[in-house]
Amino acid sequence: MRTPIQLKIGALLTGLFLAAALVSLFYTPHSVTGVNIAGKLAPPGGAHLLGTDHLGRDLLSMLMIGARTSIAVALVAVGIGIALGVPLGLAAAAHRGTWADEVLMRGNDLIFAFPSLVIAILITAVAGPSALNAILAIGIFNIPVFARVARGAALSLWTRDFILAARVAGKSRARISAEHILPNIANLLVVQGTIQFSLGILAEAGLSYVGLGAQPPTPSWGRMLAESQTLFYSNPGLAMFPAGCIILTVLGLNLMGDGLRDLLDPRLRRAVS
Amino acid sequence: MIRFAAFRLLSLCLSLLAASLVVFCVIEVIPGDTASFMLGLNASPEAEAALRSELGLDKGLVARYLAWAGGMLTGDFGTSYTYRVPVADLVAQRILVSLPLALYALILSTLIALPVGLLAAALRGRAADYGIMGITQLGIAVPNFWFGMLLVLAFAITYRIFPAGGFPGWEAGFGPAMRALTLPAVALALPQASILARVMRSSVIETLDADFIRTARAKGLSEGQAIRRHAFRNALIPVLTIIGLQFSFLLAGAIIIENVFYLPGLGRLIFQGITQRDLIVVESVVMLLVFAVITVTFLVDIAYALVDPRLRRR
Repeated sequence: MRTPIQLKIGALLTGLFLAAALVSLFYTPHSVTGVNIAGKLAPPGGAHLLGTDHLGRDLLSMLMIGARTSIAVALVAVGIGIALGVPLGLAAAAHRGTWADEVLMRGNDLIFAFPSLVIAILITAVAGPSALNAILAIGIFNIPVFARVARGAALSLWTRDFILAARVAGKSRARISAEHILPNIANLLVVQGTIQFSLGILAEAGLSYVGLGAQPPTPSWGRMLAESQTLFYSNPGLAMFPAGCIILTVLGLNLMGDGLRDLLDPRLRRAVS
Repeated sequence: MIRFAAFRLLSLCLSLLAASLVVFCVIEVIPGDTASFMLGLNASPEAEAALRSELGLDKGLVARYLAWAGGMLTGDFGTSYTYRVPVADLVAQRILVSLPLALYALILSTLIALPVGLLAAALRGRAADYGIMGITQLGIAVPNFWFGMLLVLAFAITYRIFPAGGFPGWEAGFGPAMRALTLPAVALALPQASILARVMRSSVIETLDADFIRTARAKGLSEGQAIRRHAFRNALIPVLTIIGLQFSFLLAGAIIIENVFYLPGLGRLIFQGITQRDLIVVESVVMLLVFAVITVTFLVDIAYALVDPRLRRR
């Protein structure tokens, strides 16, 4: 089957920002911790490719480290969601209709009642704002998402003959879940993972915008937008670069998710959108 | 139906109970003493003790939970530590900004998304469909607070049609208040409308493939007539669920958007509560938001079961 065009564009965009984040680990054009008031608000070009902000920090360098912040937060949050949500969903499906299933799914509904912003507010009230706070808030919200996807997909598999064969062979429910169900729902989890990754990037941006995410001096796209807001009407460019990064990363991940879905499971092409 | 509703009502109460326990416990584990924080470094131990007993902080955990949860049920949200006024009064003022904002955004998003999604479905596979889907992809990717900043630049600074921020209050009249809420509501509605339009499109397309549409076409209806008379209503079912879900996102999203437009809503109240360590405010407003989400989910479930009897069976 041909590689869908969305997948190519999406992978290209995602790869670009992933590369920027990785490169920022050992190289940025300028340091972002130094303040250089004399060189503030420099226009793009020259020594500073994208110009400087109101404290004279190099925008390109800040965007690169911001990519690292956003991607790390969103990626770890997806990891939390998969690591906790998928086993829960598989267990609920394996014990369908029992009280365990009911308790697990009602617990999921309960987490759903706490939007990630509300979780972040609660954690901030307790522990103060930090990047970890953002990771936890988004990660906790991801758990019921993956649990539902895993349970829903696993339920339909449990009725299939090859699962019946495995049960006749004497395998335990847990073993069947791990050896037969999980590999068969992996595609779906990858697609959902991409979607949650992109939602995580947006959520991280929102949290750092209101000051609940990564703290200064760590650059993050959301806080760059917040800092640019007072200067927005004199220097709109300052807000365009971080916003562009957020939009392109999210767009890339969404396109990649769509493309992967088409590639991995053509039957889903129309069902989900 | 009554059994289903009763069962859902019971589960609603249990959810609220569990949620209130979660919120209470999280706030209670906060290190540091509220009374000493409020009185500052030079306060005498006697003054701190007096304030603690005034705020009810000297009682046990269970007693405090019961007092708080019981108070919430009767509309008594406690007294703000910093403002020394009932939290319920603060909330009542602020909710008159946040709730209309979320509803305004919900209405805008629905009014935009349904026709757009329907149009895309009717024109599926054509250039217009790809164009619409491309725009919705972009709409999902745009952070709403940045879109809000752009709207201010365009419609408040360049063209002075709407105010750039602030809220005149409903006393100023319906018109000015709605004008102040328009840009925030548009910013809030954009991503939701994009998601909703995509759901609408795929739902209509799915319905168009159903047998009863083929029957309708076979008896001589044009595709447009079939969509108008049969597909539209049936396609609405999944769309309604998403609209219900979106309300909670809009309410939470309003917290961020209020910051962009300096609106005195619940979000600003929460952030003030956090910075001033006015934890009773944080606790009560968070519980109120969670209550709203759980209740809307409940209402959607009930509405769903009323429309589609198959869903009443468990």
